[in-house]
Amino acid sequence: MATAPTKRITDIGPPHYEKFLHPLIKKNYGQWKYHETLAPGVLCHVAHSGDRLYTVRAGSPRLLSIQTIRFFADLADKYCGGYLRFTSRNNVEFLLDDAGKIEPLKKDLADAGFPVGGTNNAISNIVHTQGWVHCHSSATDASGLVKSVMDALCHHFTSQDLPAKLRIAVACCLNMCGAVHCSDIAILGIHRKPPKIRHDILAKVCEVPTLIASCPTGAIRPATVDGKQSVEVVEEQCMFCGNCYTVCPAMPMNDPENDGISIWVGGKVSNARSAPKFTKLAIPFVPNNPPRWPEVVNAVVNIVNVYAENARKHERLGEWIERIGWPRFFERTGIEFTRYHIDDFKHAGLTYARSTHLRF
Amino acid sequence: MADNDKPKTELLDELEKGPWPSFVREIKRAGETNPMCNDLLGQLELSYKEKKGHWKHGGIVGVLGYGGGVIGRYSDVPEQFPKVAHFHTLRVNQPSGWFYTSEALRTLCDIWERHGSGLTNMHGSTGDIIFLGTKTAELEPTFKELTEAGFDLGGSGSCVRTPSACVGRARCEWACYDTLKLCDNLTRAYQDEMHRPPFPYKFKFKCSGCPNDCVASIARSDLSIIGTWKDDIQQDDAAVAEYAAGGLDIQKEVCDLCPTQCMDWDGQKLAIENRECVRCMHCINVMPKALAPGKEKGATLLIGSKAPIMQGALLSSVLVPFVPEDELLDTVKELVSRVWEFWDEYGKNRERVGELIQRVGMANFLDAIGLEPAPEMIAAPRDNPYIYFQPEDEK
Repeated sequence: MATAPTKRITDIGPPHYEKFLHPLIKKNYGQWKYHETLAPGVLCHVAHSGDRLYTVRAGSPRLLSIQTIRFFADLADKYCGGYLRFTSRNNVEFLLDDAGKIEPLKKDLADAGFPVGGTNNAISNIVHTQGWVHCHSSATDASGLVKSVMDALCHHFTSQDLPAKLRIAVACCLNMCGAVHCSDIAILGIHRKPPKIRHDILAKVCEVPTLIASCPTGAIRPATVDGKQSVEVVEEQCMFCGNCYTVCPAMPMNDPENDGISIWVGGKVSNARSAPKFTKLAIPFVPNNPPRWPEVVNAVVNIVNVYAENARKHERLGEWIERIGWPRFFERTGIEFTRYHIDDFKHAGLTYARSTHLRF
Repeated sequence: MADNDKPKTELLDELEKGPWPSFVREIKRAGETNPMCNDLLGQLELSYKEKKGHWKHGGIVGVLGYGGGVIGRYSDVPEQFPKVAHFHTLRVNQPSGWFYTSEALRTLCDIWERHGSGLTNMHGSTGDIIFLGTKTAELEPTFKELTEAGFDLGGSGSCVRTPSACVGRARCEWACYDTLKLCDNLTRAYQDEMHRPPFPYKFKFKCSGCPNDCVASIARSDLSIIGTWKDDIQQDDAAVAEYAAGGLDIQKEVCDLCPTQCMDWDGQKLAIENRECVRCMHCINVMPKALAPGKEKGATLLIGSKAPIMQGALLSSVLVPFVPEDELLDTVKELVSRVWEFWDEYGKNRERVGELIQRVGMANFLDAIGLEPAPEMIAAPRDNPYIYFQPEDEK
């Protein structure tokens, strides 16, 4: 029964991308001249050689079954010689060399429930995190929020009727695996109560010095509880980030009564016109209300609508707010301004109004 | 309780309605052949009812010889949902630019059908292909089949995280360097640092071909490599005239929105004062047929962006204003080796490079990595007089 042991393969990295490039891409690599948008979700890239590559972009839920991936593969075989890609915002893109195949492909996608769009001045797909589907520290579900918000905004995915592109992101806790800190609109799950310390197991499952060092505000101190080594939390110093829980399972944060959502606006990543900027707090707390989160959906739709009605062409959400000023943003959207909007973490003064440039 | 029966999912069923494609339908589809997915649905329905997650803190699981690439996940209600008692994630390193053939996708699907839940993320936040949910015993067999098919795991924990790149020269006329190639080269150069966590915390690379930054490099990577150019914007006057004839208001939509007001349109001819251009991309974005980045291409290197944990979110800041394209790989590798040496020595546990720079000061950081200070690195000089003069500058 002796068989030669097969060599274990490691550290090979991903397959080389060249293997997966459409022949038209290989031929015109680095030789693209310009592109145009033929319809929402349909791009045409023209090479110096005169070749034309067509892209059809469809939204996906990011969480995909192998059955659906095989369906995409079948479509790629049928229309694209087997070549496709995904975008940084979880869309799937089919790459075609024959313009005649665009409409039949779009029809197949529509029949299967995958909207085509997400280009130019549209709301593209929402980048998001795992939520209750697969994360231990989530304050909410990400996939359900995305589905609920995109159901309400789908017509902005399939058209290009906004002043500029609008990027939405969802993160289910402050860890922000979805890096929502630079999106036009960010939906962020939040905890609002300090961790409930499991003194019975803490010393067994956690390294106390690491745990103490994990707190951004120094709110965790060593303590002996019932003769056991543990910690205490200075509750007024806790801002509920959950970093302690990430390093120590004996510091759970989940609290159905108090966990919820905050909504942030005005960030951007692109350097176009204005510099990249962070999102800023719009609504400090919205209740966590699955399965459809109506309060969150209404808040986001309201912000999108007010922006769409008021911003100038090419103006991103944050650029519009900077032009009209934050007081008017709160006035136009009807969002209540509260003490929570005023920063009190490090360098807080940078966000105070330090001029008399006021509108009345 | 759930066994092979379909769980009752009254709340989740609501999320099968509506025009946007449904993740619930995806889980149900996978559940037709894999009972793990039905327990996942059952547990998720419980979370929706209770407004509370039911995953335990990750445990240490992985494949032999790697310290990353697998995220351990256990249910905290395994008696109710035994098939997701273990439900670990594998991060599979995506090909640069997320390009695939149908054949490659089917290979991945077949492997995941044999060894896991059949659920994926295409893709995870950092860029990996995510295989969502399997048991500990399946990790090594999955890894074996993946590597035999030419795939490998991505990064997790305190390591180089899987680098990612925009579509670049494969399909974009604006790419100022070959993002796919650089991303692939960096990924291969740092296999050891990806698979065997050596650092105080994570380190991310993201390659964007132009200042539009389609992979959010400036917000989401410790080293942001953003394409740019040094010479003049390439301009096709006939195409500019075509845009004007086609109804584009060049004064209002292009010149007036230029951040440095370096463009002048007299109704016939567009004049650009290229010395004043800050390469924001706006005019090029609006008139892609008429304007294009210059010919002297390369990239700006920026350092230190991250999400809030621990000391607050940061955007990357300029480290090297311009590196010519042909020097990019060598420059990045040399620079990164110096940054890592300093971070290894002085970084605290779970301190990102950006936070280390905040703590020790950019000037000290520049000294440590042997870079000269340059005015392009700052938005403005300091506005406080608390200067730590160096001993050699005194007297």
